[in-house]
Amino acid sequence: MRWWLPDAGSTFAGPIDSLFLAILIITGIALVVVEVGLVAFLIRYRGRPGRKAFYTHGSTRAEVIWTAIPAVTMVALGLISNHYWVLIKGRSSVPPNAYHLGVHAKQFEWQVTYPGPDGKLGTADDFTVRNQLHVVVNQPTAVELTSEDAVHSFFVPEWRLKQDAVPGMHITAWFQATKTGQFELGCAELCGMGHYRMRARVFVHTPEDYKAWLAQQAAGGSE
Amino acid sequence: MTTVAHSRTDAHAEHAPMSFWRKYIFSTDHKIIGIQFLFVSLFFLLVGGILAMQIRWQLGFPNTPMPGGKILPETYIASNGVILPEYYVQLVTMHGTFMIFFAIMPLLVGVYANFLIPLKIGAHDMAFPRINMWSFWLALLAGLIMLAGFFVPNGPPRCGWTMYVPCSARSDLSGVTTGQLLWSVSIVVLGLSSVMGSVNYITTVINHRAPGMTWFRMPLSVWALFITAILGVLALPVLQGAAIMLLFDNVLGTHFFDPVAGGQALLWQHLFWFFGHPEVYILILPAMGMVSDIIANGSRKPIFGYHSMVFAIIGIAFLGWIVWGHHMFMSGMNPTLGSTFMVSTLLIAVPSAVKVFNWMGTMWRGNLRFHVPMLNAIGFVSMFTIGGLSGIFMAATPVDIPLHDTQFIVAHIHYVLFGGSLFALFAAITYWYPKMFGRMMNPGLGKIHFWLTFVAYNLTFFPMHIIGMGGQMRRIYDPTIYDFLKPQQPLNEFISYAAFALFAIQFLFAFNFLWSLKFGQKAPQNPWDDNGMEWSLPNPAPHGNWERTPNVYRGPYEFSSPEAEARGSDFLPQYVKLPTDRDPAPAAGH
Repeated sequence: MRWWLPDAGSTFAGPIDSLFLAILIITGIALVVVEVGLVAFLIRYRGRPGRKAFYTHGSTRAEVIWTAIPAVTMVALGLISNHYWVLIKGRSSVPPNAYHLGVHAKQFEWQVTYPGPDGKLGTADDFTVRNQLHVVVNQPTAVELTSEDAVHSFFVPEWRLKQDAVPGMHITAWFQATKTGQFELGCAELCGMGHYRMRARVFVHTPEDYKAWLAQQAAGGSE
Repeated sequence: MTTVAHSRTDAHAEHAPMSFWRKYIFSTDHKIIGIQFLFVSLFFLLVGGILAMQIRWQLGFPNTPMPGGKILPETYIASNGVILPEYYVQLVTMHGTFMIFFAIMPLLVGVYANFLIPLKIGAHDMAFPRINMWSFWLALLAGLIMLAGFFVPNGPPRCGWTMYVPCSARSDLSGVTTGQLLWSVSIVVLGLSSVMGSVNYITTVINHRAPGMTWFRMPLSVWALFITAILGVLALPVLQGAAIMLLFDNVLGTHFFDPVAGGQALLWQHLFWFFGHPEVYILILPAMGMVSDIIANGSRKPIFGYHSMVFAIIGIAFLGWIVWGHHMFMSGMNPTLGSTFMVSTLLIAVPSAVKVFNWMGTMWRGNLRFHVPMLNAIGFVSMFTIGGLSGIFMAATPVDIPLHDTQFIVAHIHYVLFGGSLFALFAAITYWYPKMFGRMMNPGLGKIHFWLTFVAYNLTFFPMHIIGMGGQMRRIYDPTIYDFLKPQQPLNEFISYAAFALFAIQFLFAFNFLWSLKFGQKAPQNPWDDNGMEWSLPNPAPHGNWERTPNVYRGPYEFSSPEAEARGSDFLPQYVKLPTDRDPAPAAGH
């Protein structure tokens, strides 16, 4: 049982998890201030015989302070968040050396198209595998997301990567995995009754392993 | 002008005895209509709760026969009593639909805008009583059409309460035909009801305030309901339009939303959330308004920063109307738009924080009375704070990436809608119960219900944050098929037990509500020592409310003022004329 985000598996996890922690600290402080203050008030100012409430309509100074503090915090948070948002999702953020894969979502499976030995999508040696995503560790990878039918969402928790696949749209999402091993790709957008079982295995290989797998597929191992 | 006003007033005073049907069924009395809305939406709250229990059964105990499940038809349940995946997505779809459209929204707006606005501004009734009656009957019709979805072949829709296209626009993708049509038709009818109601509330507040009830003497509940009505007029017709387009796609073969034939899948999301986000504020602003009234009363102090509370309501409503894109950060919409929607979303934290701090400021140095409405109002403040703060995680776009469409957002929405709206409703129902029925709800039972609910509610919804951080997607039928979710299953099971307890505890409230109708203690005229105009009337108030239009002499929160103390009490109602008060000029045009 984990009490935190899944173990980091991509370069996005660093900034996203730090930002998560920062927001947790900010909101944690706000929460403690409000809840402790509230409980203290409830005890201290509970009604007792002979007690009188203090007649006041407010205090401009207090209100300016508690309007300004959240406003400044939120603007700062917005600026920092936007910096990372653009780095992760911005349309020009995909690294030029990214390795491109095609991912076609369909009720209720993921069809992954690999560029084959020539390393280029859209050529004759491309091949497609159902529900298996093989990628190379430390290699920027871009998935070209499309959908056959409903809206689906490409979600690998360890990579901190989520992107909807929308019919009629071609969306590029990129990432750089930092850990080899097996993970899971799930659908995060309700796409029909089989939404829950729209799951693929994710394999993050060393470059050598990936080459071996590619060669094996080219030798006729593909579906 | 004055003579006209008086002849109108007198006409109101002479109500001929009415038949049972005119008085209680086809009534045009805003108070009866409010009570009708109350019973109907409490029924739908129960429906939504029953659906939630089945969702929790499946998530806590996947592949285990559901107790009593065998009474359901075979399109919903396997022969061994296990919930089918088709039925599971129908459960989540209809739980959201019923709770949002037929329970929380009518409870807050249908019940309390109707019941409170005329009583609190000193009006005899709504501006358009007959439209008001229609608004109720259309809402009931819409609810019955929605409910009918369970009884048609293949049952209700399977695409979530947000009804994303193309899933909902193509029956070959959803496997549902008639149920989908019923959903769209029901939403169109409900939209009609809401717009009729909203136009009525807006007109009534603008035109029917009693002499002396200036804008800034209005209680915050009325301000909130007024601003909510404006949001309703702006938002609901958009949803209606979208639902009609969806209906056309399904029935007439148009392709508004089907990309294969040149339609746009994201168009639905924009239209839906252009309604959907203001809707979130329709579901919380009235709660905030009523809680403000109750906290001032329970603190025996004027509301802290009344004017900034009013401007915070307006600010939240305005911002809430331009943030719909934050539901679409992952949708493939241009990421630059994500940046703008993030900023407007984060800014909502500012007026929300102002409200929370002002509620605390109201309690500061008060003389707190912990009556049942006050307890629930305090519960509202503490839980809404968690719901508001957890929203910041999703507003910050990079952090939204792992959290979007997981159980984290389910936790967030329930902290706002249950911890917020529903606690406010427990407060409001208890507080204005004597005004509605002339009797008090049992305070002992009320306190037990509050504390048990408060504990079970937190045990149910807080762990969902953790499950969501772990990555559990929303609306998945069986989390255990994912290896990374398996270790969380014990917590899912725990949440389910807590949810069953939470559901069971609500029967205490239902019992208290029904039992007190007949056996509750008779209510004194002003049971909470409050300042509102409604307490100048007997409980329950007669049709037409006041025999003569009342005058208003001061703001709604004059608790513990020097003038009040001079009278030997700690409150000074808006309707009490002190020797130093002068009568306000009669309102023109009435």
